[in-house]
Amino acid sequence: MAHEATHEHHYHDPASITNPEHAEHHIVSPLQYGYVYIALLIGTALTVVAADVDMGIFNPVAALGIASTKAVIVILFFMHVKYQSNLIKLTIASGFFTFLVLITMTLSDYVSRAWGLW
Amino acid sequence: MPRETIVHETGYDMEHEHVFIPQHRHHFETEEQQREAGSFGMWLFLLTEIMFFGGLFFAYLLYRNWYYDAFVPASNFLSVPLGGANTAILITSGFFMALGVWAAEVRKKNLLVIFLILTTLFGLAFIGIKGVEWHDEWAHHHIPGAGYDISEFVNPKAHGINDEKPLNVDMAQRTQIFFFLYFGMTGMHALHMIIGIGLLIWLIARAQRGDFTEGYVAPIENFGLYWHFVDIVWLFLFPLLYLINRHPLH
Repeated sequence: MAHEATHEHHYHDPASITNPEHAEHHIVSPLQYGYVYIALLIGTALTVVAADVDMGIFNPVAALGIASTKAVIVILFFMHVKYQSNLIKLTIASGFFTFLVLITMTLSDYVSRAWGLW
Repeated sequence: MPRETIVHETGYDMEHEHVFIPQHRHHFETEEQQREAGSFGMWLFLLTEIMFFGGLFFAYLLYRNWYYDAFVPASNFLSVPLGGANTAILITSGFFMALGVWAAEVRKKNLLVIFLILTTLFGLAFIGIKGVEWHDEWAHHHIPGAGYDISEFVNPKAHGINDEKPLNVDMAQRTQIFFFLYFGMTGMHALHMIIGIGLLIWLIARAQRGDFTEGYVAPIENFGLYWHFVDIVWLFLFPLLYLINRHPLH
């Protein structure tokens, strides 16, 4: 039936449901994992060294900067996010964004109170 | 397993061919779609985990700012060599997990089993070292509660600690908050690892049976996401708990 064919085309054509840009599944090579592994070990050594250098208020900034860089490397390569569809990338980004919003709003409450003055 | 090709499986006119695998559920149009839906669900779960650990990290942030003077000597009590070694061990475990996903993708059963076993062993080594550290803190009466001992923080020199400022009794009591957060955060992290090791043992048995090297890698892939997430939590815990301000008097 002509009508049915149109219907199938709209609702059951896989091309319209799966993400077209996510055509081929990507396999990360062991060599690439090796590079990531070495980068993470260097980052760990760097964190320990940086903690012994007196940078004042920049010590925690450096520590969090290195930790965040390592986390991004793990997320992109060990967790394959670099090769995922935009849907998954956007979902992850929105999760981190929501987390930052929660931190910012809660902190803005804490820092703006007159602690001990009432 | 034979990769049987079924054309017109569902009876309606299709331009593509269905590659039939037993794990492919009928409510997904393609295997690719099923895989993507699985990853998507796993990531949603991990986002709830970010919120869960995020609450702990926020408590840490707040109390660190309020009682920084107490957090410094309490943090310096922790062993950087043990914490650093554990970081390297956990990264190694994650590396083998990543290789395990690769082995499943290229259908190498024995390699997959070996990599999963190595992932498990390094995970167990992490828990073991963590146990040594916890025992150390217990031996020094640094577990918050009635048995907590502040004397090392009030009079560090009497305990042979020469590079810490003595704290007044009030601030010394606040070191309990550091250890409360320390045990809470590392404990919650270790609990995630223990659950992960339990799952790994189950996955090793199934991998041995050949469940994941015939084109169905989703369980390995999604468990890998969980394991790497737990790694990431530790990547933040290590500098935040162990490296707050080494040697403030130097």
